[in-house]
Amino acid sequence: MSDFFLNIIRPDFNFWIYVILMMIGLWAVIAKRNLIKKLIGLSIFQTAIILFYVSLGVKEGATIPIVEHHSGPGHPLEERTIDPEKYANPVPHVLMLTAIVVGVSTLGVALAVAQSLFNDFGTLEEDEILARLKMDPELNRRSNSSTHV
Amino acid sequence: MKCFALFAVFITGGLLLFGTADFPEQGDPHSPPNAGIPGDGVSISHYYLTQTEKDTHVPNVVTAVLADYRGYDTLFETVVIFAAGMAIFAILRVSGEPRKRHRPITDSSINGDHRRIIIGTTCRLLIPVIQLFALYVVAHGHHSPGGGFQGGVILGASFILFALANNLTAALQRFSEKTFMNLACLGILIYAGFGIFCQFLEHNFLDYGVLQKIFHTADPQMARSHSMLGVEIGVAFTVTAIMFAIYANLSSKGELDNGL
Amino acid sequence: MSEQLPVIIVLAPLFGALVVGLAGPKDHRVCFPAVLASLLVSFCAAIAVAWHVHTNGVINYFVGGWESPRGIGIQIRIDQLNALVLIVIGVVSVLVSIFSIRPVGDGRAGKTPQFYTLYCLLCVGLFGMTVTGDAFNLFVLVEVSSLTSYALIAMGNRPRGTLAAFNYILMGTVGASFYLLGVGYIYLSTGALNMEQIHSIIAMPEVAQSNSIKVAFIFILVGVWTKMAFFPLHGWLPNAYSYCPASTSCLLAPLMTKVSVYVMIRVILSIFGAEWVFGHTGWSNLVVWLGVIAIMAGSILALAQRELKKMLCYLIVAEVGYMVGGAWLADEGNWGLTGAVFHILGDSLMTLSVFLVASIFAKKIKATRLEDLEGLFKRMPLVMAGFVTAALALIGVPPTCGFYSKFYLIRGAMDSGHWEYVIALILSSLVNAVLFFRIFEIAYFGNKPAASHGHDEAKQGGEDDLTLSGQGAPFTFLFPLLTSAALIVILGIYNGEVVEFIRIVTAPK
Repeated sequence: MSDFFLNIIRPDFNFWIYVILMMIGLWAVIAKRNLIKKLIGLSIFQTAIILFYVSLGVKEGATIPIVEHHSGPGHPLEERTIDPEKYANPVPHVLMLTAIVVGVSTLGVALAVAQSLFNDFGTLEEDEILARLKMDPELNRRSNSSTHV
Repeated sequence: MKCFALFAVFITGGLLLFGTADFPEQGDPHSPPNAGIPGDGVSISHYYLTQTEKDTHVPNVVTAVLADYRGYDTLFETVVIFAAGMAIFAILRVSGEPRKRHRPITDSSINGDHRRIIIGTTCRLLIPVIQLFALYVVAHGHHSPGGGFQGGVILGASFILFALANNLTAALQRFSEKTFMNLACLGILIYAGFGIFCQFLEHNFLDYGVLQKIFHTADPQMARSHSMLGVEIGVAFTVTAIMFAIYANLSSKGELDNGL
Repeated sequence: MSEQLPVIIVLAPLFGALVVGLAGPKDHRVCFPAVLASLLVSFCAAIAVAWHVHTNGVINYFVGGWESPRGIGIQIRIDQLNALVLIVIGVVSVLVSIFSIRPVGDGRAGKTPQFYTLYCLLCVGLFGMTVTGDAFNLFVLVEVSSLTSYALIAMGNRPRGTLAAFNYILMGTVGASFYLLGVGYIYLSTGALNMEQIHSIIAMPEVAQSNSIKVAFIFILVGVWTKMAFFPLHGWLPNAYSYCPASTSCLLAPLMTKVSVYVMIRVILSIFGAEWVFGHTGWSNLVVWLGVIAIMAGSILALAQRELKKMLCYLIVAEVGYMVGGAWLADEGNWGLTGAVFHILGDSLMTLSVFLVASIFAKKIKATRLEDLEGLFKRMPLVMAGFVTAALALIGVPPTCGFYSKFYLIRGAMDSGHWEYVIALILSSLVNAVLFFRIFEIAYFGNKPAASHGHDEAKQGGEDDLTLSGQGAPFTFLFPLLTSAALIVILGIYNGEVVEFIRIVTAPK
């Protein structure tokens, strides 16, 4: 048992944590009935992916990827050599800035849709919404006509 | 549904962990993303760390990659935010006169309402500082962590704070719907405009070096640095406007009256 | 200027969207001309680019001028595959924008600028997905097109449209996140994001064996399958496309799923390489069987539907099954892959035609169920002519393009010994024949006009007088339909030249 922990989990334990977080989020998206809980699960899933990416760029003992700026006479740029091992990898940070923004935008649109559903049904539980859709003849009649844009 | 969910989750998680078997060690400076594959030359991150300051005179490598090397991605990221704002407007916004409310519409004055004195005064002191800090974050993105997105969110948050402390109508008097919709479009116009301008000067899209003729800088690299600031300002405009638009529409269910 | 065309294809609708966003709220009449102008610019640029590829070969364009070392900038790469898909996207988007003038005008007039802004941004996303040569850029553009499509669907029929949009948001975002995870695994194993660079690294033997590349491929594939509604990940499609606005369904149905199939083929060919992917023969057998199940499930579920649009949606699911199964046949001559690409082009036009017809029926005579289509051959002969052409193409009758794409797919299946795929194709063609001839029978022999529905909806829209006059559809409805029907036949007649063009990329080296 301890063999399993030491040899398999401990070297990659951060990846195990990210995967467990992702799976918690994914489980919530599939299994939960409440629409807002599904969205929270989606958010957890996306955040775990962001954590995973950022961990790809870590270097032992490195600082943030802002090179020291010594401008002015006496410090010509061509002579400076920058040791890349001292700075963290900037590429995952850049990619994840984009992914965070995309995630926030999707969450905003999803919340707007959820609010629109709440306005129409008065509830955010998926099974209640489906039951009401089946039962209500008014909704069925209104929705069968395709006179909208 | 829960059994199916558990099954799907175990399969997916198992696959993901199976894939981690041959990952390089955490923090290894010679892993493929950090140092590249032998036989393929240096990795892109190695190039970015060593060459950014020579190519663009910008010490913050993340900002340089975001706004210059991979600026095309950032343009579409801004388009995503803009589309989200348009989408929320299209889904929620109810046009026409707001319905008559039962409670009287409170104005933005805090006189006569004792509970408002604390919140109102605190906001009055804080909001200018927050906005100044946001402008600092945008402008100083070249030298410290920051940039258009971060500054834009802080600026948008200052307006949201105002709307939370007083009410949405007061905030809309200062930052109306027409203003923020136009500001969002203007931001993307600035970003894409920089790129198209480079095309008019016979270079590729977003190839800022050629703007040296317009900015009269000493070398093309400085022109890149200035253009990066320009596109970050465009991004900040769009993000500010859309952050506030999302809040305004979501909190008032599209009616843009009193809000929360 | 002509070197800048690849990026102009993507930018023109963006500027169209900005013009609509700035000037539209003041005056709604500026929306449609701006949209049409920008889409025509993209379409003409797409044709020019395709001509350039035909004469000079692959086009490489480096945004920001960062050409070397490879991978530091974002590369736009147009080869023979993209060029054709770009033309199809251009054609469909222009035709549907012409179709949309009337429905948008009658519908929610207050939201016209937003509708057209989202329409243009969707086209930006689709064009961008097609031209990009960078794996992460592909993710961003997939999200642009997905987000705008979520919004366009949610603007439709409340409340069913909004519920369908919500489910689509959940499934679509999970799919895109799987794609992102796959790209993360690739980045950790190769350190590269540029498609050509990843390809050259995966060709190295020590990287090709690694587990993380295999897992990356599986996750990218599942993510793209969610976007294209490959059975059993198709749950979002029937509701989303049935309850969305008429013009939206005409734009989304032909394009979203087909461009996702193109993305899958691009991932197979350009990122991982056909040798690596089809080298694992177990995988290709499995995916062909999944394709067979998708075809049969789509066809059987289509038979069970009583509403026209829902039936067409299940036909889309079956068509996606053809394309995925065909692309994975892994026969020596790569005819399956060629047939799949040709089917992308033809199926977009066929789907556009049938969805235009269904929307015209829904708007003009308020007919959504199959029984409502009685007597339409007499009342709307031109519309029915377009419908018959598209139906024959879906069944697979020469000289429409549907016949030729099935021909190449069957040829690939016989070469590789996947007889289950051949049987599935033939059976589903028979099912399509049953479906469409059933509709032809109702439309030809019925004589009860569907006027009773007109009374309920008298409050909405001003088209009631047209429903009873039997004059047929107006020009803005007929022109897109007849053009796409004509293109179906033209594509069929010229299939030889088009397939030759495709073979430059897909033929085995």
